[in-house]
Amino acid sequence: MKRPPKHAPERIGSTDELRLFQRMMATAVTRPLDANDHLQSKWIDGRPMEKVAAEFIKPNDRLTSFERLQLYNQMYWFRLFDAIRDDCPGLLAALGERAFGRLAQAYLAKYPSRSFTLRNLSSRLVQFIRERPSLTAPRTALALEIARFEWAQTVAFDGEARPVVSAAFLARTPPGRLRLGLQPYVTLLSLRHPIDNFVISVKRRDAMRSEASNTPDSTVAVWKPVRRVPLPRPSSTFVAVHRHDNRLFYKRLDPAAFRILEALSRGSTLSRAIVTAGPGVKPARVRNWFKAWMALGWFCARGNKRGRSAS
Amino acid sequence: MPANRFNGHCDYGIGIGLRVPHYSHILSKKPVVDWFEIISENFMVEGGRPLVLLDKILEQYRVVQHGVSMYFGSADKPDRTHLRRLKSLVKRTKTPWLSDHLCWGSVDGTYTHDLLPMPYTFAAARRTAEKIRQVRDYLEIPICVENVSSYAEFHASEMTEWEFLTEVVELADCGILLDVNNIYVSSKNHRFNPYDYVNNIPHDRVGQMHIAGHTKFEKYILDTHDHPVLDPVWKLYAHATRLCGISATLLEWDDKIPSFDEVHNEALKANEFIDGAKKAAV
Repeated sequence: MKRPPKHAPERIGSTDELRLFQRMMATAVTRPLDANDHLQSKWIDGRPMEKVAAEFIKPNDRLTSFERLQLYNQMYWFRLFDAIRDDCPGLLAALGERAFGRLAQAYLAKYPSRSFTLRNLSSRLVQFIRERPSLTAPRTALALEIARFEWAQTVAFDGEARPVVSAAFLARTPPGRLRLGLQPYVTLLSLRHPIDNFVISVKRRDAMRSEASNTPDSTVAVWKPVRRVPLPRPSSTFVAVHRHDNRLFYKRLDPAAFRILEALSRGSTLSRAIVTAGPGVKPARVRNWFKAWMALGWFCARGNKRGRSAS
Repeated sequence: MPANRFNGHCDYGIGIGLRVPHYSHILSKKPVVDWFEIISENFMVEGGRPLVLLDKILEQYRVVQHGVSMYFGSADKPDRTHLRRLKSLVKRTKTPWLSDHLCWGSVDGTYTHDLLPMPYTFAAARRTAEKIRQVRDYLEIPICVENVSSYAEFHASEMTEWEFLTEVVELADCGILLDVNNIYVSSKNHRFNPYDYVNNIPHDRVGQMHIAGHTKFEKYILDTHDHPVLDPVWKLYAHATRLCGISATLLEWDDKIPSFDEVHNEALKANEFIDGAKKAAV
């Protein structure tokens, strides 16, 4: 968003003036809340916010201009925090409430939504964690892996599915010329921690909490501290985050299988991709992997031709 | 008006919003419902479960699309990619009309994901109407614009909200999705008479109505959609129905969502007021 005008236009007689007005209001609405979850007391140029708000918002008999603007400012942040918490339960569990809150606020302040849908809200979170490692220290490496994993889930949930290549296409194309694309909804992840198990544990815990809070007598339930899910210990993990029958799955991969899929997704021919598995891998294993991947519908034509040449 | 050019000449009755907690009940029990309203953006995706579920619903039910991010009142031009996706969904659902809000929420391509109130000026009305026309011409279906609830008013405004709504829909030659709960909420927040609002809009342009619950706080009311409809809103709905005719009516319940039957029974209470309007008309 471009910098707002110094003062909101007194009258709005053109589209340009409407745009200036909207920049002013949007800047105020999207500015981070203060430590008490209130509208900041100073405007970006240091003037008192009460004075700035009064320039374009009318007070009423119950609320000042500042308080009316604050309602929108709070609703903006509470809505976005809710959305990003829903998308990143694993990251929240790993960092804890306070650190996650600081990360989310800094991220959304630097990268406000550029999409019509909140679905894409965390699309640049991995990039941001790399840019500002201090916000996730000392767990930055873990946070990065969890953020990559959780974004992969969003992609797997409703990402594009292209026409699957047919067995006939595979049979008639020599392996030295055959290049396969991976479905856009499949993400291959090489991780240093078993993030899949960690995220499953967090989701199970949260589901149990949610069920407990919906019991009829929850109002009289004894408060119990939230059970902390242990952080994952380092262990090389190769996983594909994908969907099957429109349900989300995490499929563990053998390191050699991962290398083959990664090579294919980079554009290698089938024969070159298979070489990346290494000499110790028996052809029968590779055949079984491909059988499973074909059954899952993971392969499509490469590029934007949407399988035209692959049927 | 029961059926008019702003709702595709459809007489749809009483519907409810299609919400995730009700999916399994709807698909397994197949309850009788006049129609479902879907949030367009939830299905403007490239694949996966949302579209599969939508197709199953479309096999059994009539669906009308309601948007939350077109932002007719934003100074920015309509986003071409967004429109293409929306048109693809319109073809899928065969929605007879499409609604979105009379508000703004994005500027310079940054989205607030809120329904922000307009400054009620003639220039803003002209710009908004121009965008509604552009979107309607591209989508090739009737459009109804919905009045939003609001918590702020602006010094720059040159008219009342209902005058602004009238100005926009007349200039755009489009319909109105009259949200009587939003009128009530705003009337309390800005101290105007909600009946003045309903009395002074072009009634023949109302293609649909919304009803919903709200939450009262000490100094303001929030449009929370997490309660049954309150009595003053039902009374306003009855009044609007007498003036506008019996329109397709939709109950919005978006938070703390109870069972499907509870939501549907709440929506069907509208029948009492519709019957009253029919008797009054005889």
